[in-house]
Amino acid sequence: MNAARQNPLNTYAAHGALILYTLIALFPVFVIIINSFKTRKAIFREPLALPNADSFSLIGYETVLKQGDFFLYFQNSMIVTVGSLFLILLFGAMAAFALAEYRFKGNTLMGLYLALGIMIPIRIGTVAILEMMVQTGLVNTLWALILVYTAQGLPLAVFILSEFMRQVSDDLKNAGRIDGLSEYRIFFQLVLPLVRPAMATVAVFNMIPIWNDLWFPLILAPAEEVKTLTLGSQVFIGQFVTDWNAVLSALSLAILPVMALYVIFSRQLIRGITSGAVK
Amino acid sequence: MSDPNTHRKIRWHIIVFLAPAVLVYTAVMIYPLFNTLRLSLFTEVDQQRVYVGLQNFRTLFGDTVWSTQFWNALGNNFWFFVIHMLVQNPIGIALAAILSHPKLRFAAFYRSAIFIPTILSFVIVGFAWKLILSPIWGIAPGMLDAVGLKSLYAPWLGKEEYALTTLSLVSVWQFVGIPMMLIYAALLSIPDEILEAAEVEGITGSAAFWKIKLPLILPSIGIISILTFVANFNAFDLIYAAQGALAGPDFSTDILGTFMYRTFFGFQLQLGDPHMGSTIASAMFAIILIGVCLYLFGIQSRMRRYQF
Repeated sequence: MNAARQNPLNTYAAHGALILYTLIALFPVFVIIINSFKTRKAIFREPLALPNADSFSLIGYETVLKQGDFFLYFQNSMIVTVGSLFLILLFGAMAAFALAEYRFKGNTLMGLYLALGIMIPIRIGTVAILEMMVQTGLVNTLWALILVYTAQGLPLAVFILSEFMRQVSDDLKNAGRIDGLSEYRIFFQLVLPLVRPAMATVAVFNMIPIWNDLWFPLILAPAEEVKTLTLGSQVFIGQFVTDWNAVLSALSLAILPVMALYVIFSRQLIRGITSGAVK
Repeated sequence: MSDPNTHRKIRWHIIVFLAPAVLVYTAVMIYPLFNTLRLSLFTEVDQQRVYVGLQNFRTLFGDTVWSTQFWNALGNNFWFFVIHMLVQNPIGIALAAILSHPKLRFAAFYRSAIFIPTILSFVIVGFAWKLILSPIWGIAPGMLDAVGLKSLYAPWLGKEEYALTTLSLVSVWQFVGIPMMLIYAALLSIPDEILEAAEVEGITGSAAFWKIKLPLILPSIGIISILTFVANFNAFDLIYAAQGALAGPDFSTDILGTFMYRTFFGFQLQLGDPHMGSTIASAMFAIILIGVCLYLFGIQSRMRRYQF
């Protein structure tokens, strides 16, 4: 590795390769966003030029905000994502605590049972999930999505959180027991605050796939009033294919919230991945 | 639990702690999974559910209308997977190897920027690339023209022979960040002493990568491969967002996910058939299970893990 420092050519090559790939990664996003601020003519005449005084236009955004109910979609996505994350973290942490803390018959078996879902995608069971949601009247409600995403997120959450909970010192918990704290209070007041970093990692891992999912909203909640942002933009863009201003603006609006989430949580996300939480 | 007197008593708190997760997971994930497998043994006659044994599987594999579609989707899915293994994972490993140079500046910036496509939804990615590659807009032909390669341009997404490969590469573009991050983490966990010892022996630069680092990160490459496999055989969103449920042109981009969606949910004039949908889902389940078992028993158990 000192070779890299000794040989400047290697360093340049490394930066060259990384810059090239960074451009490839960002180019499509960049093109979409700059063109969303241009007039229709300018979009076609010079697709790679930045918007200037002549070509600047917000007509696409006006169409999107007038025609699509993007605030509602955004709100639905928010409710589903936050609701699912809350349940994944609460239920996941509780189960992880039981598995990590207590020795009881079937502990290992229960751990394996809950871990099954890490490798098996929940989508395989879609036909029966839809049938169940129809029978229980949950179809076309946000609850259907929240329940599905909670079930989908729990296996990995339990797995990661129980690893972390095994590291919490026994002395602390036993001190709590001697002080007469109930097991529930030991969990909520002593253990939970200590595993907060692991909970944040689990939340970040789950957040983006839930926000971006298209399959379950399409199948379980396609009605207008419960559409998520991902499904809403998909339908909107499908209807406005020929209105390039509107399509580009809708895409930019859909990029915005995930980018905001990413900027806020990227350090957590990268730390989570690189600390080996998914190994 | 340290008190022997409480040993025989039911410890209710364990049940309370486990119950919510186990209930939700069982009711919404495990039970529907098995129910789907069960539904593949039934069919609907006069709005009644009738048990037909393996008849649906016979239709899927024996009836040419179904079997052509199934093998087409499975073949496409394999090609989709092969492209990911051959393009996405090597690029991810290469980027991680470059990023893990300890003296590299701006590493955090590159890392975050290259990860951005991974966080975008398939809808954004699918449409963005559809627009960029579109012959109407002319970004792709214009750029090829600028480097004198205009003759190479074709409306890739609209041509049967290119569409699937193009979409696979779009998906590679989107997900290269995941192998990059996981390999990067694995490379960082290699202790300096090992690399320094190698350096003393005169093994540096690319030799150090091939002889020292690569063998050490093989377990991570195995994990990436199985994650790619499961994700690819379960993929749907990108194809649906870019090409619609018909996975055009002429089903050339149809994969198991889109095939199952069309079958069970119906599209245009075809009515949805939950039982045939379950049959396809069961086939997908079997394929994923075979892949995961091959990995667990064939690859992972043979790999030596190094503990530092």
